[in-house]
Amino acid sequence: MMMVCVMLLLFFGGVLAWLTQAWHKDYPRWISLATCLIAGLLLIPLFSAGPQQQVMVAGTATGWIELVQAPWIPRFGISILLGLDGLSLLMVALTIFLGFVAVLSSWNEISANTGFFQFNLMWTLAGVVGVFTSLDLFLFFVFWEVMLIPMYFLIAIWGHERKSYAAMKFFLFTQVSSLLMIISIIGLVLANSIDSGILSFSYFDLLAHPVGGQLGWYLMLGFFIAFMVKLPGFPFHSWLPDAHTQAPTAASVLLAGILLKTGAYGLIRFTVPLFPEASLALADTAMLLGAIGIVYGAMMAFAQTDFKRLVAYSSVSHMGFVLLGVYAWTELSIQGSVMQMVAHGISTAALFMIAGALQQRLHTRDMREMSGLWKTMPRMGAIAMFFIVASLGMPGLGNFVGEFLILMGAFTVHAGITIFATLGLITGAIYALIAMQQVFHGPIKGARGLNDFNGRELTAMVPMMMALLCLGVYPQPIMDMVNPVLESLHLVTTAEPSLWTGRTP
Amino acid sequence: MSNDAIFALLPLITLSTVILALMLLIAFRRNLALTCGAAVSGCILTLCSIFLVNNTGVPQQVTPLLVVDGYALIFSAMIVMVTGFICVLAYEYYKCRGEQQDEFYLLLLLSCLGGMTLAHSTHFASLILGLELLGVALYGLIAFPSRGRLSLEAGLKYLILSGVSSAFILFGVALLYASFGSLSFSALSAAASAGTNPLFVLVGTGLIFAGVSFKLSLVPFHMWTPDVYQGAPAPTTAFLTTASKGSIFAVILRFFISLDGYQYTTILEGLFWIALASILFGNLLALMQTNLKRLLANSSIAHLGYLLVAFLAASYVGGKALAVEAVIFFLLAYFLTSLGVFGVITLMSTDPDSPDNDELPQYQGLFWRRPIMAMFFSAMLLSLAGIPLTAGFVGKFYILTAAVQAELWVLLGAVVIGSGIGLFYYLRIIFVMTEQPSANDEITMPVVGGWAMATLTLIMLTLGIYPSPIINWVSEIARLMT
Repeated sequence: MMMVCVMLLLFFGGVLAWLTQAWHKDYPRWISLATCLIAGLLLIPLFSAGPQQQVMVAGTATGWIELVQAPWIPRFGISILLGLDGLSLLMVALTIFLGFVAVLSSWNEISANTGFFQFNLMWTLAGVVGVFTSLDLFLFFVFWEVMLIPMYFLIAIWGHERKSYAAMKFFLFTQVSSLLMIISIIGLVLANSIDSGILSFSYFDLLAHPVGGQLGWYLMLGFFIAFMVKLPGFPFHSWLPDAHTQAPTAASVLLAGILLKTGAYGLIRFTVPLFPEASLALADTAMLLGAIGIVYGAMMAFAQTDFKRLVAYSSVSHMGFVLLGVYAWTELSIQGSVMQMVAHGISTAALFMIAGALQQRLHTRDMREMSGLWKTMPRMGAIAMFFIVASLGMPGLGNFVGEFLILMGAFTVHAGITIFATLGLITGAIYALIAMQQVFHGPIKGARGLNDFNGRELTAMVPMMMALLCLGVYPQPIMDMVNPVLESLHLVTTAEPSLWTGRTP
Repeated sequence: MSNDAIFALLPLITLSTVILALMLLIAFRRNLALTCGAAVSGCILTLCSIFLVNNTGVPQQVTPLLVVDGYALIFSAMIVMVTGFICVLAYEYYKCRGEQQDEFYLLLLLSCLGGMTLAHSTHFASLILGLELLGVALYGLIAFPSRGRLSLEAGLKYLILSGVSSAFILFGVALLYASFGSLSFSALSAAASAGTNPLFVLVGTGLIFAGVSFKLSLVPFHMWTPDVYQGAPAPTTAFLTTASKGSIFAVILRFFISLDGYQYTTILEGLFWIALASILFGNLLALMQTNLKRLLANSSIAHLGYLLVAFLAASYVGGKALAVEAVIFFLLAYFLTSLGVFGVITLMSTDPDSPDNDELPQYQGLFWRRPIMAMFFSAMLLSLAGIPLTAGFVGKFYILTAAVQAELWVLLGAVVIGSGIGLFYYLRIIFVMTEQPSANDEITMPVVGGWAMATLTLIMLTLGIYPSPIINWVSEIARLMT
């Protein structure tokens, strides 16, 4: 029940934040900060549940840390089915953590309608928590959409100069692709009901009767495209730079930190296990798209002069690694993908926060206008350096572990694509270091009296740095947490001996 | 006529009595509040009688003309509910527009009676009767009260086109009569399966569909829609887009199922193209509109197109019940949502000297000027766009499910594209409302109408979050119907 509590807490926290705006415009911030803290505290006992030995072969529901079930629309076999396992818990924890960071990052930036702002922030978090825990596909879809609307408002109301265009593009891309997904969901359920005789949207029932053949292929594409858009995978990424650039800092943090991860989570949890046959047929293409995304994203990032746009394109590059790892579908590479999701979530959130801080102080995101900022803001410079080297994959920090595992796992499956993808590490170093050099080194330009990071910003930054360091130096606890889940998912897809078996190194 | 039969007709009788009483009331004492109160209580009384009949005496054939079954009753309930809400929403709208507005309620209830008759009818005589009762009262409602050129033009346009389409329908009915020798729906199915000259049936049904498509504003019979929507007063537009279209759709679905029209592939092919064109053109035409009423007129074309997809999905063997269910639920959601959208426009238009406030710039910054009203409006627009947790989503889910089951992939593609375009223009309205207000003109929001909108939004959201009770009811009706 704890996850339901967390979700309800976020929903009501958002409403409360909105209502208290009438009394004082500072209350909403404090309320959402408290909401995130309490939600985080609620999660702690769940971690002590220890590594769960999870067996989830074809349709059984055992080994969950928490499983909640209640009927919702019996006519269509739709129920409220929420489950929390190691993978979900990790993602939910990341969500709450970055939610906390997002509230802090928006502290001074947002002055108009703080109540409605915090309301949208909290509801986005609640929707994302729902996405990470839903095991009923209808419910999953509902949360999938619900998290977008508050995000739309965040961008459309508090965004920068081209907010209308960016918000619209973001919403249209994700909505149209998710319409394809709901058609696929319905098709999958109906095809299943022919097989099993009952209409059910439950993940377990659907796993028990995989749909193959041509129908399976087309149904799989519906899921794949929806998740690829969200990821964003290479040909579907064009909404991301606009949305990120125009969004207020807090929305960028959430967008990059957790909303993108829902796409990767969907691929791991739903697309591959539900359509093992069709996913295998797609695997090489998807890996290639991932590798193209890595190199293309890095090259585009190199060409940017807008700091936020640069970080946005670097996200395309990093999420390409995730795609590569998921579709290599070896145990190592999926572990790497999960690792990369967490590490990228934290490092990119931090970089967006730095970008937001720069924009607030300098009123520009153009890197050509910045120079020598290390001298005026040494704390910010050092922290930016930390996250930039993390982002380029420095050993000892979380991102390196993820990328290394992905490349190692993928190499056994398709050496050519993996070698091509490795180029991304080099190009990544180039754009990251050049950005660092441009912004923080060189002669001081313009105003000198800039405020360095204050206590509030450090409160957000220090935990993120520590988290990345822990992930990089000792990633084993995270591995222990998600491994049982990934193993069982892997087992589901390799249940038929002809499928995916060559993928275990 | 037996007692049971009279009891089964209780809703129709109640409403007729209310109309007569209302006429007398207006003749003796002109008072808008009184008239409105009487009309609303009449609607509530009729709703009660509908539920009373629903619990005891269904299904029952009352004379060859009318049948009282769950299908008829749920549509009657929907129409009466819509009428009741419009009565409340229109009160402050007409109150500020001077005296002599009482007849609006009389015409509205008459139109409502026509719609209910359509929902009950199983015979072409009652179909024509209902259609004309609905239509003739609507002419008056559209041009009521004549506030200048646009309104008059709209009334005249609707009068002429509606008359022409009625002529089409009548001619089609004549052809069917010529081939079957009966005007009753139940006789049609018997005769159709016995094998008659398919040409007469095809042409007759085709003509009926042409006439009906005019009234439902399906492409290519949609030309009148934006003009009439814009010219008519907002409460009338709300009725026109919901109850009027819904009741006609209800009767035509009943007719087509009785006829077993799904055996005529030519007709299905024609309907396929109409649906496809309605979805695509409706959305495209709405795309660049800056007048809200014109925009919603075009989006209603698209919505009727979605509805036609469910209509066509009934051709799938064994999928008829689901399709009927989808039609009923989608219409219910569409009723609530359209009513809400036009309700907001009605409440916004309280300036007696100007026509309705239906230009998009007039809504700029509504979120900061009237936050509650903007929330209602956004919820309704999101429901029109089919976003989860709203009734519109469940309706769209039904349409998609029916279409996937019937494997109508092309139409599904059209629904996806159409919804994508639709999202764009609904979001544009929401975006305009979130912008900073340009002029600081305070809008006074009517109190009674505000509460009506709150109720409506609540019902709409309940239907979106917990639709199970309604779904069970509707699926039972659909199962009995087919």
